[in-house]
Amino acid sequence: MNPADLLVWLVLLPVLLAALLFVAPEGWRTRLGQLGTLLCASLALLLAWQVLQHGPISVALGNWQPPLGIRLHADGLSALMLALTALVALPLAAHAPAWFVRHEAAQSRAGAFFWPLWMFQWAALNLLFLAGDLFNAYVGLELSGLAAVALVALGGQRAALEAALRYLLLALFGSMLYLLGVALLYGAGGVLDLTLLGAQLEADHASRAALLLITLGLLIKTALLPFHFWLPAAHANAPAPVSAILSGLVVKASFVLLLRIWFEIFHPIGLGGAGEVLGALGIAAIIWGSLQAMRQERIKLLVAWSTVAQLGYLFLIFALAVELAWAGSVLHALSHGLAKAALFLAAGNIVLALGHDQIHRLHGAAGKLPLTFFTVALAGVSLMGLPPSGGFAAKWLMLQAAIDLGRWPYVVAIIGGSLLAAGYLFPLLRHALAGTHDPRQREGERLLSRWLEFPPLLLATLALLLGLMALLPMSLLSGGMPVSLR
Amino acid sequence: MGDWLPLLVILVSALAGLAIFTLRQQQHGLRIGLNLGAAVLKLSLVGVLLAGVYQGKEYSFSLPLMEGAELLLRPDPLALLFLTLSALLWLVTTIYAIGYLEGSPHRSRFFGFFSLCVSATAGIAMAGNLLTFLIFFELLTLTTWPLVIHRGTRKALHGGAIYLAYTLCGGALLFIGTVWLYTLVGPVVFTAGGALPEGHGLSEHTLRWIAFLLLAGVGVKAALVPLHGWLPTAMVAPAPVSALLHAVAVVKAGAFGVVRILYDVLGIALAQALGVTTVLAVLAALTILWGSLRALAQDDIKRRLAFSTISQVSYITLGAAMVGPIALVGGLVHLVHQGLMKITLFFCAGNLAETLGVHKVSELNGAGKRMPLTMLAFTLGALGMIGLPPLAGFISKWYLGIGALEAGQWWWIGVLVLSSALNAAYFLPAIYRAWFRPPPETWPEERSLSARHETSLMLLLPTLFVAGASLITGLFAASPNSPLAWAELIVRREYFP
Repeated sequence: MNPADLLVWLVLLPVLLAALLFVAPEGWRTRLGQLGTLLCASLALLLAWQVLQHGPISVALGNWQPPLGIRLHADGLSALMLALTALVALPLAAHAPAWFVRHEAAQSRAGAFFWPLWMFQWAALNLLFLAGDLFNAYVGLELSGLAAVALVALGGQRAALEAALRYLLLALFGSMLYLLGVALLYGAGGVLDLTLLGAQLEADHASRAALLLITLGLLIKTALLPFHFWLPAAHANAPAPVSAILSGLVVKASFVLLLRIWFEIFHPIGLGGAGEVLGALGIAAIIWGSLQAMRQERIKLLVAWSTVAQLGYLFLIFALAVELAWAGSVLHALSHGLAKAALFLAAGNIVLALGHDQIHRLHGAAGKLPLTFFTVALAGVSLMGLPPSGGFAAKWLMLQAAIDLGRWPYVVAIIGGSLLAAGYLFPLLRHALAGTHDPRQREGERLLSRWLEFPPLLLATLALLLGLMALLPMSLLSGGMPVSLR
Repeated sequence: MGDWLPLLVILVSALAGLAIFTLRQQQHGLRIGLNLGAAVLKLSLVGVLLAGVYQGKEYSFSLPLMEGAELLLRPDPLALLFLTLSALLWLVTTIYAIGYLEGSPHRSRFFGFFSLCVSATAGIAMAGNLLTFLIFFELLTLTTWPLVIHRGTRKALHGGAIYLAYTLCGGALLFIGTVWLYTLVGPVVFTAGGALPEGHGLSEHTLRWIAFLLLAGVGVKAALVPLHGWLPTAMVAPAPVSALLHAVAVVKAGAFGVVRILYDVLGIALAQALGVTTVLAVLAALTILWGSLRALAQDDIKRRLAFSTISQVSYITLGAAMVGPIALVGGLVHLVHQGLMKITLFFCAGNLAETLGVHKVSELNGAGKRMPLTMLAFTLGALGMIGLPPLAGFISKWYLGIGALEAGQWWWIGVLVLSSALNAAYFLPAIYRAWFRPPPETWPEERSLSARHETSLMLLLPTLFVAGASLITGLFAASPNSPLAWAELIVRREYFP
């Protein structure tokens, strides 16, 4: 296959699969979905390999050149995010069917709708990562938001539906702001292509207003404090495989778009003061999210609040605009994607096996679910940024940037965030390890099937290994650093 | 093959640990086999390494992690001093722990983390640069925490939480210091005489900050006053864990880190010029006296030993911070000597608790008649700690004292004398009670662990072995194969590279 075709198929194939899965008989959906996952993931990894070997790939759909045509573009950043999505999707394809079968078996048909919606979501994510112009990105954003809302609603209970509704309203509001900004830009210059826009943008009021609107819209979608309020309920009440997708992947997509818009288009008209604001909000998110996570009594809420905190790290790049921080930020997105997906799947397993997700009732649970709690611990290591995980490598890079720039409050925030993360993750493990052996439990009895336990373990292990192989993603990034970074 | 050897030494126990996790509680034989097999294999690999390094061979394994930051394992003589100690004592402690935990729950989890913890220690010992040191230092925190809270009681969990709070904060300081130094001068590879390149152009102010961050980071694990608060509460761990934490792994890793940072990162000349060594020596002296004073007031045997550890480990720091070759020999050799003596004492405390239910010094009356071999070992360990010739502790103190004179800082001798007196004051009453007081009618909680011996052989033999080792290292300190000779080798490299 021609590398340029790969880009097209990466968007097209999941859409086709989604459509096919909607009409396929329910009995076939799992196998079909798993097969489709295998295909899409191979395409994504193949593309990442191509970009690593030959550099960025660009394709104009139907040979219409910009400014009229639609352009798909894969650089190092896209390749990494596509690969992340594929790496999360593969274990998920093994875990999700087993989870939906066990979860209130046959009571709802949630499992049947999971596959088409998830494929839809995947298509939207791929489109976002590959979009070469702002309008396509809008389409991706909107589709991703709608699919995400529908996925949350699969939870079925009242809480899930309420969270989904709230999520829907905010997602719509966010994309509306974004679209408004895009319209302003289009009205002023008549182009939406990222590269062309970057070249011809003028520092006038219209551009500033557009940047403000677009940024606000994307901040809502990425749930940066103070726009985070919709996230904990939505991520915590969704079915576990959905939570993994939302926390691990979906919030990263709008963030990546924001990165591109700031550093590839708008850098001439001043990141300065506004970048500082975003950085400061990032710090605030780290602190507030962690403190809230510490106060939670339910595992999934704790994990969801941890996402609010961890997303804060991503925004430090706006204040520390250097290449090291860029690499650190992307690496953090990757390692958080893997670790958080692992943690949500593991949390889902705990709920399945124990029938509750109250943290203080976890007494001795590690004895019953050793593998699952081992997964929690491994994922926790990455979230806390302890070596040798991907989170550690990311923090190392961000710290280097902050120290190099002499930004000591950021140094304190980066390290302090690790300690705060320890503050909410260790109690979870402590409760689970506490207590003495329960003689009623038979040795070796498996409360969960292998299909449930191994996929999250694999994800957590990948997050850990990322720290030992950080050079690979960094070499993908190194070619395509935005010129605006110092 | 040669360059893979350091990695192999770490992997042996790490893989064994991971394999042990997967075992079921009843797979007793397999677990013991894995444990002992890995420990013996590791010890033999370390033996090969030791022989190689002695002949001047250089081993080095590296793995690039990020641009300008690699994982580097490069065992030098200083590394081997710590590595050999940990590999040897791991084997002994494993045997002891198998006997000690007989029939208790969660053994696979325990031995899994036990093995991982020793892997982390080996990594700390062989780390060739500051990043590698940091990585294994943090791993040590992670792998020891489950051991500290192993019993799962409220007290254990509380002790574990405090342990984590201290060590994670220490790790965070070390992390900042490490990144800072890497940002300023690039990779910090441990080099005898100092790792900073010529003309690094760093201001004294910056260097002081970095030195503070690095040393405070390792100082937490070294239990340097005022960073020692975690150690007495971590005493809730099972006896073999305490033995390991105090003699080999955690506290030693901290003291080892102090030596590494002073000599192989900053360079002792720079450290002295910055005034770092003076501050460190004063803190070490305070710690020595404070730990001993607090030990006096403890009735619980393990707590008394814990405060004694705080005090004794700072001898190493003091030896390193006095800035003189002979004092450094004293400090380094104490790394081994304290390890042997302290592990003996903890094993004895474990034997007393398991066999007789004796936990307090005041319950020791007549213990020597009931458990003569255990109390003999205890006596050897305690007298060694006091520094009675020709036991191991005497050698350490002798070199520290001569070193103080050589460095022209005679006042440290006062600290040593005072500390020895305090050591005597808290150890001699225990020995006196055990041998010269009549035993009570009944022991607090006597269990019959062996028909023919005073306690189970799995507990007794390791105890006698380490007690014997501490006697022999003292008696034969002048032999060319003694820890003392090895410490002299290291010091020659550091002071006359």
